[in-house]
Amino acid sequence: MIELYDSQRAMRNMRRAAMQRGVVAILDVGSTKVACLVLRFDGNDNFGDESIGSLAGQSGFRVIGAATTRSRGMRFGEVTSMGETERAIRTAVQAAQKMAGIRVDHVIAAFSGAGPRSYGVAGKVDVAGMNVEEQDVARVLSACEVPDFGHGREVLHAQPVNFALDHRSGLSDPRGQIGHELACDMHMLTVDAQAVQNLAYCIKRCDLELAGLASSAYVSGVAALVEDEQELGAACIDLGGGSTGVSIFMKKHMIFADTVRMGGDLITKDISMGLQIPSNMAERIKTRFGGVVATGMDDRDMIDIGGETGDWEHDRREVSRAELIGIIRPRVEEILEEVKAVLDGAGFEHLPSQQIVLTGGGSQILGLDGLASRILGQHVRLGRPLRVQGLPQAATGPSFATAVGLSLFAAHPQDEWWDFQIPVDRLPSRSLRRAFKWFRENW
Amino acid sequence: MQQVDPYVAQPLAVEPPQIRRSDPAPSRLTYRLERLRLTPLFSFSLRVLLPVTIVGVFAGAWYAKEDNRQWVSDQFAAVTDAVQSRPEFQVHMMAIDGASPELAQEIRVLLPVDFPLSSFDLDLDEMRDKLRVLDPVQQATLRVRSGGVLQIEIEERVPAMLVRNQDGLTLVDDSGAIVRPAGQRSDYPDLPVVAGEAAQEATPEALTLFNVMGPLAPRLRGFERRGGRRWDVVLDKGQRIMLPEDNPVQALERVISMDQVKDLLGYDLAVVDLRLPERATLRLNDVAAETYWETIKAKTGGAP
Repeated sequence: MIELYDSQRAMRNMRRAAMQRGVVAILDVGSTKVACLVLRFDGNDNFGDESIGSLAGQSGFRVIGAATTRSRGMRFGEVTSMGETERAIRTAVQAAQKMAGIRVDHVIAAFSGAGPRSYGVAGKVDVAGMNVEEQDVARVLSACEVPDFGHGREVLHAQPVNFALDHRSGLSDPRGQIGHELACDMHMLTVDAQAVQNLAYCIKRCDLELAGLASSAYVSGVAALVEDEQELGAACIDLGGGSTGVSIFMKKHMIFADTVRMGGDLITKDISMGLQIPSNMAERIKTRFGGVVATGMDDRDMIDIGGETGDWEHDRREVSRAELIGIIRPRVEEILEEVKAVLDGAGFEHLPSQQIVLTGGGSQILGLDGLASRILGQHVRLGRPLRVQGLPQAATGPSFATAVGLSLFAAHPQDEWWDFQIPVDRLPSRSLRRAFKWFRENW
Repeated sequence: MQQVDPYVAQPLAVEPPQIRRSDPAPSRLTYRLERLRLTPLFSFSLRVLLPVTIVGVFAGAWYAKEDNRQWVSDQFAAVTDAVQSRPEFQVHMMAIDGASPELAQEIRVLLPVDFPLSSFDLDLDEMRDKLRVLDPVQQATLRVRSGGVLQIEIEERVPAMLVRNQDGLTLVDDSGAIVRPAGQRSDYPDLPVVAGEAAQEATPEALTLFNVMGPLAPRLRGFERRGGRRWDVVLDKGQRIMLPEDNPVQALERVISMDQVKDLLGYDLAVVDLRLPERATLRLNDVAAETYWETIKAKTGGAP
């Protein structure tokens, strides 16, 4: 298990180095757009009163460069064409660098695809001494029974969600407490290793060092859910272009994440096929006239869909807005049904709070909240990401939830397994033995 | 109209220029160069160090030639000269205030300035030091007044005493500094004369004695320094008041009060000796002494 986390530990060290330098890039590699933010860390995380918390932990940095470009070579949040993706990343990074006026070397990336799978794992150990020490926490984490998540998959997140000491559960920090038996629940998110490696390779080809990886479902939840929603339990649904991320938060921890491999691009494709128009035209009329609830007015609202074939009849076509909605709505319903299935599979209905937050670019479809509340449940709201310092107005919309969440993630990452100590019995013993041998030979 | 050969293939229309949508992505080389440009050290050296170095190298190479150095110094000198010789900076005349005509003449001889010249060429400090060397000058202020006038303001020493020594009479001021040689005693009837060993240095003391002379002033001939430590007041008719080393002023006041009460100096005395202040001693002239002895003899019948 240790070697699995070596790369994660290396990324954490890289992140620390980036913090020291003060500049880090955020890269949201999505299916429709690649967004790059350049963050400057001023290092004034803690000013004044600790209990207040400095502006939801986002005062330590400011955005000094932001750029977005159309994504290329990505489908369902996965790389399909390395060269194209590399070019898209290069475009975004260069523009953001130019705006920031400084070169960035470290990048923290988020991606939506790669088939994330959630596992809840639990472990239990006896406390060595009287109090719970750091080593006990390390041992209980490594004692978690890791399920067989299959060959070619890699752990992306492994966050201890809950600690229990004897019969007291719900501890966030058991260190120093007196008890006998320490138990731990951990949420583990695995992704397809090859997809991650492809993305990492693309980033490496751009002369950038990868300082962290995150699932976009997770980070958009971080950005779009407010604090009490994260505390009481809520689901964040990130309606992206290629895929729809679902993440469930409880007690400020992500307890489930999954992706539905359907997104806004599918709606565009439906419109394109249904109305026989090119894809970019379909995208345009989807964003300008799209909606999910048709009214009587929409029957008379004619949309010029045009064309450039030279055939006069063909180029002067018109559709009513009701027709457009008639194409969009079934697909949105289908996506939301899938999300509903995912939430049901995760046992979302057992959560005390049934709050659902829709974010991502797809959440801007008119009337989506009404439709979603019919399918998903009563407590649905549209979420926009938190405001972070220095973010341009153009990048404050819901489609930048992942980028903003990734900024917050970069500034204050959740403690993951690899942030804790390595248990002593797992330390490589070879070097100790070699040192002992050297002593015996030389004395 | 040009004839078209129907058997030769003719282009139907000029090929419309292909609108190539250029790839928005920067090439790897552009990307790397851009990143290099944004590296702080590199951009600093490109913006600052490189131009400075280039300019420095060229300037150094140019300046390394002897002719160019000469040219620079010539140009510098020419510009300096042009500025300094402007009429605004020209000094045309010298005005001397507060000096007697003889002293003014002396100053003109001492400072041979051939006007007109630039005020940059005048070294006022040096000129002032030169003037300070002159005996009658106590304080000299030099400045270039507007209108091109070198204004010299002299504060002359005021003669307070005459000092007689081997060279003759010298005028000194109240601090004992020499003003100028004096010709005749009679030219300065109201100034006292001091003489004797190291008299000039003790002039201020003599001046205080002179100030308390009061009624004896008309009879004063001068002060004589004895042994470099005490004063004799010399009066007319060969009379002399010998003052002690300490508190000579009180002793002199005592003599004056004695004179006023008893007309002491009206007697035919040679010396009033106050060298021991608590015991005034009188010395009579020879004739007076004879007379005195005669009188005593007559009173006592010949026996002393």
